[in-house]
Amino acid sequence: MEVKYRDKKIETIDRGALKALQLKRLRETVRYALKTPFYKSRLKKSGIKSAADIRKLDDLNRIPFTTKDDLRECYPTGLLAVPMKDVIRLHTSSGTTGIPTVIYHTRGDIDVWTELLARSIVATGAGKEDIFQNMMSYGMFTGGLGLHYGAERVGMTVIPMGGGNTKRQVQLMKDFGTTVMHITPSYALHIYSKLEECGVSLKDLKLKKAYLGAEPYSENTRKKIESLYHIDAYNSYGLSEMNGPGVAFECVYKTGMHCWEDTYIIEVIDPKTCEPLPDEKEGELVLTNLTRRATPLLRYRTRDIACIYRGPCRCGRTHRRISRITGRTDDMLIVNGVNVYPSQIEAVIMRIPEVGTNYQIYLEKEGTLDKLVVKVEIYSKLFSGEISQIEALKSRIKDELRASIVINPVVELHEPGSLPVFEGKAKRVVDARAKL
Amino acid sequence: MKLIQISIFLENKKGRLLEVCSLLGENKINLRALTVAESDNFGVLRLVVDKPQEATTILKAKGFVANLTEIVAVEVPDKPGGLAEVLRILSKHNINVEYMYGFLERASTRALLVFRFDNPDTAIEVLKANKIRVVGQKDMRAL
Ligand SMILES: [Zn+2]
Repeated sequence: MEVKYRDKKIETIDRGALKALQLKRLRETVRYALKTPFYKSRLKKSGIKSAADIRKLDDLNRIPFTTKDDLRECYPTGLLAVPMKDVIRLHTSSGTTGIPTVIYHTRGDIDVWTELLARSIVATGAGKEDIFQNMMSYGMFTGGLGLHYGAERVGMTVIPMGGGNTKRQVQLMKDFGTTVMHITPSYALHIYSKLEECGVSLKDLKLKKAYLGAEPYSENTRKKIESLYHIDAYNSYGLSEMNGPGVAFECVYKTGMHCWEDTYIIEVIDPKTCEPLPDEKEGELVLTNLTRRATPLLRYRTRDIACIYRGPCRCGRTHRRISRITGRTDDMLIVNGVNVYPSQIEAVIMRIPEVGTNYQIYLEKEGTLDKLVVKVEIYSKLFSGEISQIEALKSRIKDELRASIVINPVVELHEPGSLPVFEGKAKRVVDARAKL
Repeated sequence: MKLIQISIFLENKKGRLLEVCSLLGENKINLRALTVAESDNFGVLRLVVDKPQEATTILKAKGFVANLTEIVAVEVPDKPGGLAEVLRILSKHNINVEYMYGFLERASTRALLVFRFDNPDTAIEVLKANKIRVVGQKDMRAL
């Protein structure tokens, strides 16, 4: 397999040199953090009054975690470390609680971010000869703009379509021979189910790669997308608090996402005890952005669940790889006292070929008990016409789900296209249990 | 001599059956026979129409999940014991009837029924050998 680098020196940097670079950058980040009202008081309590108090990389442990709630409390300027005139862009997120958060970027911050995405794109083997269709939303959502700038920097031909409008997406893919798409997995599955309706067949497309991100999904979903489209699908990871996409990205070997450790310090903790977890052990990702000047964030709790893989990658990059995001600490559902991650349910659904690509998890109360309803769409090409097939399919899904989540679900089969359509981030879970 | 039946997966949602029927009507496709097999949240609608291929294309284009199955249309004498006689013959030859239902219109003194057999070719031979009329696509157009 051909391995291409954007910046071989930094991507294959020796681990010792990488750690030295991280320490240098951590000090600089702390220096900037101390310019913000929030960190000034927070770090002082931990005995860190200046950047010089960070002597070794392990001193990171002296820094308390930063949470989403901290960001909310700091809104709008509590975490701004540079004069506003040096800020060239900001991204806010409204969140479900209604209290927004904001991340500011200097020109230098945007440049680093753009470069990380250019690096990520090259790592997947794509280049300037590719036609890149960006199907992620632009605007406040960082997924669209992030990859957009990275793709332009690589020199790809960028189609800045944004999310939604399936007919037009398919038309563009066909007319311009799109080779790489940046898309949420749920939308990739949705578009596929609509190809026939759009009068386009796979043969009309030149698609080679998909960059998947912005929502948790299973390995089975990736495989499903790859086999439906006959392409390579790469996992991508990022969150707006850490700029957006480009925190970690898969290389051509697709065995986990290289976290760009020259820019991020990555830790995995037990979300309950906050104790660090060893490699290969799944827990909450904690990230420190080492280069951002406008909004420095130290030990930010991402609420994303993943693990760090041990061992080097065949591509030669020394930046460690992380697993896909298997869930979010705040996604966890408690159903009759049992913890269930929607990703477990998705993994089961995606390995059953007779069901389509869209699904919904619906929770309601039945008396005092929780009732978990899993709604899936049947895959039209595999419908035999017999009711017995449908009944058998339902019990198979039910059995496999019970084996995986230890809860007895109700399985409902629906017609394709009848479940809510997700043309952006998926809202897969509807919790209709009475909220008092 | 086999006919083609369209099976359509429908969730139990108001107006879905109406949608299928109006779609066929708008496209000048005539319904010959119809039945619905229901389960808790879905059903399978089975149709016999004059132009099955065309109908399937139209239905699929509208997003319906449809599949084609071979069935046999049998003329049953419209008199007491008429159906029993046909079933007896089939049973004697070990031919399994998976399901059956009636045509919407009757051909004079004979009732026309749709049969789904596990082995339609053998069934047709047996029926013919016993002088029971099997209706082909051509006869059906003339109905
Ligand atoms: Zn690699």
